[in-house]
Amino acid sequence: MSLNLQAVGIDKSYDNNQVLQDCSWSFTEHGIYVLTGVNGCGKSTFLRICALLERPDKGEVRYLDGVHEAPDGMTLMRRITLVLPKAGLFNMSVSRNVSYGLRIRGISGRESNDRTDSVLEFTGLSHKKDQNALTLSSGEAQRVAMARALVIEPEVLFLDEPTASIDEKNTGIIENIILQLKQRGQTTVIMTTHDRVQAERVADRVLLLEGGKIVE
Amino acid sequence: MSSILEGFSQAFSLMLHFNDELMGIILLSLKVSGTALLVSTVMALPLSAILGFRQFPFRGAFISILNTFMGLPPVVIGLFVYLLLSRSGPLGFMALLYTPTAMIIAQTILAFPIVASLSHAAIMGVDPVIRYAATTLGATPLQVSLTIINEARYGIMAAVIAGFGRVMAEVGAILIVGGNIAGFTRVMTTTIALETDKGNFELALAIGVILLLISLIVNVLLHVFQKKGMTGANR
Repeated sequence: MSLNLQAVGIDKSYDNNQVLQDCSWSFTEHGIYVLTGVNGCGKSTFLRICALLERPDKGEVRYLDGVHEAPDGMTLMRRITLVLPKAGLFNMSVSRNVSYGLRIRGISGRESNDRTDSVLEFTGLSHKKDQNALTLSSGEAQRVAMARALVIEPEVLFLDEPTASIDEKNTGIIENIILQLKQRGQTTVIMTTHDRVQAERVADRVLLLEGGKIVE
Repeated sequence: MSSILEGFSQAFSLMLHFNDELMGIILLSLKVSGTALLVSTVMALPLSAILGFRQFPFRGAFISILNTFMGLPPVVIGLFVYLLLSRSGPLGFMALLYTPTAMIIAQTILAFPIVASLSHAAIMGVDPVIRYAATTLGATPLQVSLTIINEARYGIMAAVIAGFGRVMAEVGAILIVGGNIAGFTRVMTTTIALETDKGNFELALAIGVILLLISLIVNVLLHVFQKKGMTGANR
């Protein structure tokens, strides 16, 4: 059963600055949703709230298994993930970084190795697997962050400005990874970018966040 | 000048011939300081983790006190432990004064704030994005904490090494609570103090050179760990 996400009437403000206001959207079909908008319009806040990392002041985020409400807590947290704009890699090898999500789920041995190797190949990082992740370039680091998220096979993958601080070559590779995810059709991708052209390149649906609300 | 050179020459001769008295003193020093460091580390690490991960009333004041205790003079600790362990003190019945155990207690108190405070600083120094990254990947709060501690591992090792350097070089506290009894509580630093008083510079210099070597090793290790901990341009 696939996981559907509904954001309903989300309000969020920081220090009396209202960022989101009655913001709602239903992500009910697999595909790539790209949320655009000017810097500071609340895209990242919306993503963090949807990824259950922040609580809204008002409104709610619902995850549904088909028509039924999905069990919440850690079970739900482990079915979704968010890739941050800053890679946030651990001081260990690339392959240990990628297999982190598997280890904390108690998956080890051959299954962990196979899944890690497969994702490293998918993201073009096989040749870097034994290198310390902190010695990579920022573009490669962001690809490791993507691989680390993909290895846990999330049903909903949030990408917060995944190409904001990396070069053209790595941006192309990451866009290609996103497009391949679309072809596989097993993951709902919700991504933010301020690059309208990039949004058109990768999205099934481009959404605009304006005045604290999502408009199409 | 010639007596200093002569002293050095005799010191190296003592070291090269593995003088029994010298070896006994070195081994006791390492045993006392090593045990004190182990005990203080076992107590300090959970405390530094609690200080790093939990918010509670007076946390800031507690950290300030811990930082202040880092500079506590060893003689004050020696005096405090002496009063605790002396026959009329609250723990006098244990008859620990002038034993290696009393020295371990004093050095544990000396090392504890250093290890706890520097480990706490190492944990707090971990980029907040690491906590976020672990959480988004589905880590439980305990797994997130362990991940952060793992990220701070080089800083924590540096804290432990700094604690070791402090207790190995210390003389005031162990002299008061150990009594500098030959073959029983005599360690490197107290021997240097005593032999210098006696004008027996060879043994004092030999031990001084060994202490310097240990200090050098400790500092090289500290440098290596600090360098390893600093890797990370892509964060």
